[in-house]
Amino acid sequence: MTRTILSALLSHWWRNPLQLFTLLAGLALGTALWSGVQAINAEARASYDAAAATLGEGSYAQITAQDGGAIAQASYVALRRAGWLVSPVVQGKLGAVRLVGIDPLTAPRGIGAVPVDGSADLAAFLSGAGQIFARADTLERLPPTGAQGVAAPDVAPNTAITDIGLAQRLLNRAGQIDRLIVAPEQPLTRRPLDQVAPGLVQTVPQGGNDVARLTDSFHLNLTAFGLLSFAVGLFIVHGAISLAFEQRRPMVRTLRALGAPLQHLIALMAVELAALALIAGLIGVALGYVVAAALLPDVAATLRGLYGADVSGQLALRSAWWLSGLAIAMGGTAVAAGGALWSLARMPLLASAQPRAWVMARQGPGLVVASLGLLALSGGLALWGQGLLAGFVMLGALLIGGALALPPVLALALRAGQAGARGPVAQWFWADTRQQVPGLSLALMALLLAMAANVGVSTMVSSFRLTFVGFLDQRLASELYVSAADVPTAAAIIAVAERQAAVVLPILSVDRQVAGLPAEIYGARDHATYRDSWRFLREVPQAWDKLARGEGVLLNEQLYRRAGLDLGAMVPVAPGLALPVLGIYGDYGNPVGQVIVTEDVFRAQFPEAAALRFGLRVAPGQVGALREALQQEGVAPTAMIDQAAIKALSLSVFERTFTVTTALNILTLAVAGFAILMSLLTLAAMRLPQLAPVWALGLTRRRLAALDLLRAVVLAALTAALALPLGLGLAWALLAVVNVEAFGWRLPMYTFWLDYLRLGGLALLAAALAALWPAWRLSHTPPARLLGVFRHER
Amino acid sequence: MNAKVLVLLALLPVQAMAQGFAGLGNDAGGFAIPQPDTVLQFPADHGAHPDYRIEWWYLTANLTGADGTPYGLQWTLFRSALAASDGQGWDTPQLWMGHAAVTTPTAHFVTERLARGGIGQAGVQAAPFSAWIDDWVMEGPDFNTMRLAASGPDFAYDVGLSATGPLVLHGQQGYSVKSASGQASHYYSQPFFDVAGTLTLPDGPVAVTGTAWLDREWSSQPLAADQTGWDWFSLSFDSGDKLMGFVLRGQPDYTAATWIAADGRTTAYPDGAFAATPLLREDVAGRKVPVQWQVRLADRGVDVTVTALNRAAWMATSVPYWEGPVTMTGSHGGVGYLEMTGYDG
Repeated sequence: MTRTILSALLSHWWRNPLQLFTLLAGLALGTALWSGVQAINAEARASYDAAAATLGEGSYAQITAQDGGAIAQASYVALRRAGWLVSPVVQGKLGAVRLVGIDPLTAPRGIGAVPVDGSADLAAFLSGAGQIFARADTLERLPPTGAQGVAAPDVAPNTAITDIGLAQRLLNRAGQIDRLIVAPEQPLTRRPLDQVAPGLVQTVPQGGNDVARLTDSFHLNLTAFGLLSFAVGLFIVHGAISLAFEQRRPMVRTLRALGAPLQHLIALMAVELAALALIAGLIGVALGYVVAAALLPDVAATLRGLYGADVSGQLALRSAWWLSGLAIAMGGTAVAAGGALWSLARMPLLASAQPRAWVMARQGPGLVVASLGLLALSGGLALWGQGLLAGFVMLGALLIGGALALPPVLALALRAGQAGARGPVAQWFWADTRQQVPGLSLALMALLLAMAANVGVSTMVSSFRLTFVGFLDQRLASELYVSAADVPTAAAIIAVAERQAAVVLPILSVDRQVAGLPAEIYGARDHATYRDSWRFLREVPQAWDKLARGEGVLLNEQLYRRAGLDLGAMVPVAPGLALPVLGIYGDYGNPVGQVIVTEDVFRAQFPEAAALRFGLRVAPGQVGALREALQQEGVAPTAMIDQAAIKALSLSVFERTFTVTTALNILTLAVAGFAILMSLLTLAAMRLPQLAPVWALGLTRRRLAALDLLRAVVLAALTAALALPLGLGLAWALLAVVNVEAFGWRLPMYTFWLDYLRLGGLALLAAALAALWPAWRLSHTPPARLLGVFRHER
Repeated sequence: MNAKVLVLLALLPVQAMAQGFAGLGNDAGGFAIPQPDTVLQFPADHGAHPDYRIEWWYLTANLTGADGTPYGLQWTLFRSALAASDGQGWDTPQLWMGHAAVTTPTAHFVTERLARGGIGQAGVQAAPFSAWIDDWVMEGPDFNTMRLAASGPDFAYDVGLSATGPLVLHGQQGYSVKSASGQASHYYSQPFFDVAGTLTLPDGPVAVTGTAWLDREWSSQPLAADQTGWDWFSLSFDSGDKLMGFVLRGQPDYTAATWIAADGRTTAYPDGAFAATPLLREDVAGRKVPVQWQVRLADRGVDVTVTALNRAAWMATSVPYWEGPVTMTGSHGGVGYLEMTGYDG
């Protein structure tokens, strides 16, 4: 019997290949976007983890210099001889590659995970010309070192590992160590750290790493995109499944009348759907791999430029990833088919075998109530919600509530259109459009979500860009930035700059804990540069004057939010010195807190911190001459960065971010367009009885087709009009709620009307393209078929 | 992911040290070779000989607590050179390895340290004498009066050493032949240390006294190609006499011994005079290791059964071996130390 039932079930798909295609394609596309984004995130996380493992970050306690500088090699030996099991690490840039020097004899196992082919040779690593372990592509980028390059695929991307002795030589840092990795197991007897090496501090492992935290916002955007795409795909799948089940009601009734048990029947239908979901999932995962592989180089470039995070540009196939892709395809199908199976289970044996009018979205007061309820929940959470989870629930409620509101709002708008219509054709057009809304509503909801997501994410990314560029303008006010290797060079820099009539602004900073949180303390010289270019989020009157008199400090937003230090609160700057907060400034992308005091206070409190970095203010035309003069004094070209170069770099990074965003925009819109196409094709067959009378009354097939096309565009336009406020709401939620909860700073929201207009245009285009084929088919329907409607008794 | 070929870089020194020991049977490859006519010079020869491949400062002690509980103690500093040169900084090819252990009748504590030469983390200075790796030291104003200390995650010790007899040269004035084909090392001992100090064990500090035996040996290829390991005995008889004897296992075995009278006068015995036969093999750390031996030196009437104080005295270090205190019964009574290598396969 099982076989008979199955063949009956499957015969439906043979007779309706388009439905089968819709089901598979919708699910596959949704899965593809979701799993593609997941693949990118997984690759990035794997790269961060490899970097953390290579450098011992996150899993081991570390000892660093309190002033953030280098640790003398003598301090390392002193610590070892005092019983501390610590291992030295020196790191720096060699060309574009991060070179990490370790001591293999003292490093805890697991540091510098390097594959060795059995002929591993400590002698070659430690002596002679030495060895450098890195990925093959990293080895190619290394400048000539004389050492033997050894390909090691498990080393973090863009990182090369070598012996500390060779690393010190290549980086020109003889006798210097950046940090010490503290072995988890220490001997019974050790002398205290502050007795052995004052000036060094031990930090506990953080169980994560800075890069991962810093890049979280970027990955959050990608994940949001992936999830929305999958939701759009589910709308398509739900539509296809509902339609198929509606059409199979007569068959189910017949099978049951022939004696097939209902439970058996439902179980087989579930198996059938699971098999289809599996196939679609496999296709989707394969497509997702293609999407991810295509996007990954741009994403990697973005992450490297924006955060200095090295992510491999090559995609690895991880089993967890493709399994989760299949799981989400199956789960999505179950969600989409649950309702259909449920209604089938409750169908009376003798119910009408006639397909009901295709009503997939139940309209009426229930939908309106659900929508209003969700929107109210979202609003309530926006006002009173706390925490990241509340932020996400708020986002979800907003999107689903908005989508559910679409059919009632469309019905209202169309009724208004009908009331204003003059003439029989116009009235029929509006009435017919209203009649079609139930059939199209799921596809239109998909379009609504796709557009809202695009508006929301584009707004967020663009707002971030504007804010960040403005922030760069304020932060990089000086025309040229110079770092000195030591105090004599610093003096030479000041002398040269003053000869060239440049204003010298020393950049003084120390790393300290403030209010129990890691923070940087900066000393700022009282100068018009700061007063003119810096903008505060909040400030007391005459903040700069008070700062200059040493009567307070400025805080970045992160410290203000995390430590709850509002204007006027006392900030412990140094032992015995607490000053009130005068102003709070935005500090985007910085994971730690920042405190600014005036230069005199800084020098009095931290006399050991020498000024080695300077901002030089000079007329823009003289930057080149100043660079040359400094170079003649022995300042390396790499120690000078001009403001224009940094800004150009930052902007090019944002352009790449936009490439990724735009690609995802187009993909989600394409999925929504596909949903519309499939709905229209499905409706086309059912609508013939409604169109035939209109045709018989004198409207040509061409005219009817043109009206169909127009109808699709009108519906898309109405949907787009609704998507805009929803998208802006989404953007606001991302910027003002999720961002603050996740990263500690709030981004101001900007609106980009031209972009929205273009996006609306794209949505209309997608809808028109989707309607084109059904319209063409309508205009070429043989008159005999239209006439046939009158012949058949329905 | 080819996990099979994944070896952590941190495991490299293990391999290299193993290669170093295995290398004992290899060519000298640019390193100095011990010569029979070399006259040892003190205190200079207490220091390191970087032109030889391998060298050790090897101290073992038989100790007793106030309640009569016997203890064993080991402090060893190995030097292994990747090339026959020295120098300052990270570039020196001299690598150092420290092993420390305390053996009780029921427990065996072991720990290990690795270090690079050239940066001050480990080394040996002849006079005033100092041998160190990290916080472990064997040092004093001269070779006769020294402080010995080491610590691990679960134990530590800090004891004083004072010599009550002269240095002892093995073989031919410190030239100790290790095979029939002539491989040899330079080898001398200070077997006459009195020890007093404190062991810190998980149950708390233990005051101990006893005797210690320090071996100094350096060479570049002391094993012949067919030799797979050695069984080395340092025995202190109740009479005050002492016996150093070893078996180098090969085809055939090669043995040598030094009889050390209570006043320090020595008699060297050639191959075949000393004999050691396993009586009982025990499963230790997954290997069959002899933990009871019959030891004979017919010329001195020695025929004793040597039994391990704790059979589980396995040194689970980069290069694993068995090293622990022993007791003697038979023709002579006494205590000593037994080292067995080459059972790790």
